[in-house]
Amino acid sequence: MSTLNDNKLHADPGIEAHALHHEISVTTAGATPMQRDRATTIFEKGAAGRRAFVAPALDVPEADREQLLPPKFRRDAAARLPEVSEPELVRHYVKLSRRNFDLDTGFYPLGSCTMKHNPRLHERVAGLGGHARLHPLQTPERAQGALELMYNLEGALAEVSGLPHVSLQPSAGSHGELAGVLLTRAFHEDRGQHRTKVLTPDTAHGTNPATVTMAGYTVVKVGTNPDGGVDLDDLRAKADEDVACLMLTNPNTLGVFDPNIAEIAEIVHAVGATLYYDGANLNAIMGKARPGDMGFDIVHFNLHKSFTQPHGGGGPGSGPIAVSDRIRPFLMNPRIVKADDGSFDLDDHGYEKSIGRLRGFQGNYGCFVRSYAYICSLGAEGLADASETAVLNANYLLAKLREHGVAEQLPLAFGELCMHEFVLSGSPMKKALGIKTLDLAKRLLDHGYHPPTVYFPLLVDEALLVEPTETETKETLDGFAEAIAAILKEAGEDATIAQNAPYTTPVRRLDEAGAAKNPVIRQPL
Amino acid sequence: MTQYTAVTDADLAEMLAAIGVGSVQELFDRQIPANVRLGRPLDLPAGLPEQEVYAHLRALAARNVSAEDEITFLGAGMYDHYVPAVIDMLLGRSEFLTPYTPYQPEVSQGSLQAMFEYQTAISELTGLPVSNASVYEGPSAVASAGYLARLANGKPKFVVSRGLHPHARDTLATYAHGFGAEVVEVPLKDGVTDLEAWADAIDDETGAVFFAQPNFLGAVEDAEALAAAAKNSSAVVVGQYDPIPLGILKPPGECGVDVAVGEGQTLGNRLDFGGPSFGFFAATEAYLRRMPGRIAGQTVDADGRRGFVLTLQTREQHIRREKATSNICTSQALNALAGVVYLSWLGKGGLVELGELLLQRTHYARERLVALDGVSALHEHPVVREFAVALDVGGRDGVAAVIRRCQDAGVNPGYALGRDYDEFSDGLLVALTEQRSKADIDRLADVLGAAVAAERELLAHPPATA
Repeated sequence: MSTLNDNKLHADPGIEAHALHHEISVTTAGATPMQRDRATTIFEKGAAGRRAFVAPALDVPEADREQLLPPKFRRDAAARLPEVSEPELVRHYVKLSRRNFDLDTGFYPLGSCTMKHNPRLHERVAGLGGHARLHPLQTPERAQGALELMYNLEGALAEVSGLPHVSLQPSAGSHGELAGVLLTRAFHEDRGQHRTKVLTPDTAHGTNPATVTMAGYTVVKVGTNPDGGVDLDDLRAKADEDVACLMLTNPNTLGVFDPNIAEIAEIVHAVGATLYYDGANLNAIMGKARPGDMGFDIVHFNLHKSFTQPHGGGGPGSGPIAVSDRIRPFLMNPRIVKADDGSFDLDDHGYEKSIGRLRGFQGNYGCFVRSYAYICSLGAEGLADASETAVLNANYLLAKLREHGVAEQLPLAFGELCMHEFVLSGSPMKKALGIKTLDLAKRLLDHGYHPPTVYFPLLVDEALLVEPTETETKETLDGFAEAIAAILKEAGEDATIAQNAPYTTPVRRLDEAGAAKNPVIRQPL
Repeated sequence: MTQYTAVTDADLAEMLAAIGVGSVQELFDRQIPANVRLGRPLDLPAGLPEQEVYAHLRALAARNVSAEDEITFLGAGMYDHYVPAVIDMLLGRSEFLTPYTPYQPEVSQGSLQAMFEYQTAISELTGLPVSNASVYEGPSAVASAGYLARLANGKPKFVVSRGLHPHARDTLATYAHGFGAEVVEVPLKDGVTDLEAWADAIDDETGAVFFAQPNFLGAVEDAEALAAAAKNSSAVVVGQYDPIPLGILKPPGECGVDVAVGEGQTLGNRLDFGGPSFGFFAATEAYLRRMPGRIAGQTVDADGRRGFVLTLQTREQHIRREKATSNICTSQALNALAGVVYLSWLGKGGLVELGELLLQRTHYARERLVALDGVSALHEHPVVREFAVALDVGGRDGVAAVIRRCQDAGVNPGYALGRDYDEFSDGLLVALTEQRSKADIDRLADVLGAAVAAERELLAHPPATA
């Protein structure tokens, strides 16, 4: 095992080769500089015999180990796990953490991901022993607090969505989608119908079509009209008796609230299909409009988005669903039931025609605790304030970008106003300045900002999907707009600066094609 | 304005002027048609200050009996292992806690390298060359392996051991009904998968076979024999593994298993009443490009420095859409980080020592319990961290009553198998972790012995009913 010295910053050719002449002084809005050491994995550190773990003493009479577990079942050689002391372990991962950009340090306007503040109260309450060390198979009469919390959360989600029946079980948005499409299948099969197709708009998140295939249906794409909504003529042409469901996000991934939603629901219901609401963009409408009132049958929530779970570097999430009366009998078991005496129980057979389970136990309870705390903190008015502020911030940022004259190079893809996020097209910028959306994104990193979502939605050329969330102050939004303007100005003078950015990050642009061509996905040992 | 937003009246005036609207409501009114606007406040309680929310959540927590409040031998898929303090500290760091999926690798090297390290650790543990960056949790990982098989060979039949976790069997059936596969269950014989019935069930139409190691009754299966039975078919061999005993058990990669999956909670994650945790997913090289979920890979940057990226993304939903290998977008990054930190904390020697300790204590506990009147072993196979006994107390209701009596005495004796298995309505599943000492086991034996005796007494001499 090699013993590399992490601190030899100046011996690193990468750093030496790049005088930081494009480094930008970090503003109050931007992030602090990150750890730029050479990357060494935990497997390359330590030495034989080092350890952080001290095993409890063997306190029972020792039996012959080979009698207890015969050699034919035994492993020949120990797994080559790291051998490090606790100080080494801590230093390694703390340093690693400093190679990440994070929401607590800077602006993170990643469209469709709702990177809103994560209150630390939530970590504190989720960490209480009564929640964190509660076994999922504890007898219900000894888990009354947990079941009450889940029951209350179900009720709150039902009210926010306008759909009365909730299952908290799905593990993430994508899992909620799978639940929704499988529920749709069960609903049709129960009526003796074998439908084959599911409609998804061409603006849909990739999870929608992927889910449809997993649930055994064929995807049929529906077009988008010039205003960014569903093309009604195309929908009418494709909505037939073979269609099981239309999956929709509203506001959609273009930041557009589809004003024809009532008519869309009518068309879909007229052919006996269900209408599914992808809740990724729920942060735009909490307390302002409800999917249930728009005619949706099934909604999934992303608790990690609208109800502020820490995103964890990509998980965990939680994707509860809410459904209408006609979908209720098919919901996943077990069901939380409240008895007349106010006590709670888990019923393995609570839904008579249940599709079954989608995972183990009752769902991501740790996420429920956090989102429930969030709802308790904000209440009815606070949730509406969150959506109002999110929409205000998005529109203000849009206006600010226009003020800086950015709109010519980065026009809004659809409409005049937006909901909680908006899509810009980098196409004119590419033509006029010779820098792509990717270059703009990479240069934003040098300014201490996480870039917006790029190249999604696919419908918009050189797309930038910007979602500032309600978290951000006016000053942050001002700073971000200035940074975009500065990058465009800089590109007008020397496009190569953005084209080769970033310069100040732990590593510079990475060879993704090379990684895929010759995959190295584990440390060679 | 709330505690989490920052728009003052002065800000608001400036912002509305810049946008060119008169009010925030106008932004909604101009975009959402009147017929679908809510037009009333949500029917939810008013918001509370932080200290009151804390008090409420604390009161709810106090109404749960957690592993801090009783000596628990509950397992059956999740286990009360000690979570070291370094995990709380590292997972609490903003830089790990609050970013999202590493879409911008230049500023996500911490998360990406952690995934790479995690993948390495899982590969080592399973003896399989390929691991993804984790999936939701255990049972749905089993179902995802089913979907992998479905895409790989298109065969319509899954052969499933009844020793697989009941939640995994149920989840697999739910998924399989969607994509059109049939699940055939193979019974247990004397506590392990009936090898003859298993071999007979595997045919040309079989797309995948599923077993658990150890199985739900705690018994160590003959994984090699189970895998060998599928050797001459095109079926994908899927093993659901508990990662902790893999310190001493033969790894799936050496048993002929193609895909090893399982619940990762035991690796540094809290019980959390069932989640969040993570599912691990490892496979032979042949299935690399059919894996679900994220995979981190090594590469170099523009200056030739080592770095990490999400790789093989052409499998994934955001690129392949309806042709994706799965609909999963994220991994369980934070939980998987806990997993690799935990395995590094245990280290090469620690995982083996932990496995041997559990082996000894599990054996001791089984010996103690089966020596009690009215308690017998449900099977005689080797057990490594969990075992099943039968309580001669008249079936399901009797077992429930015994559990209640034990809990009243401060000991949770385990899981009633009758909830999932009609054939084991008198069964109790007892799990060990390094947190359950000899003294705890002795206490369990005392309390369980007394509870069983009391129930048997009640059965023999029922109280006169009024």
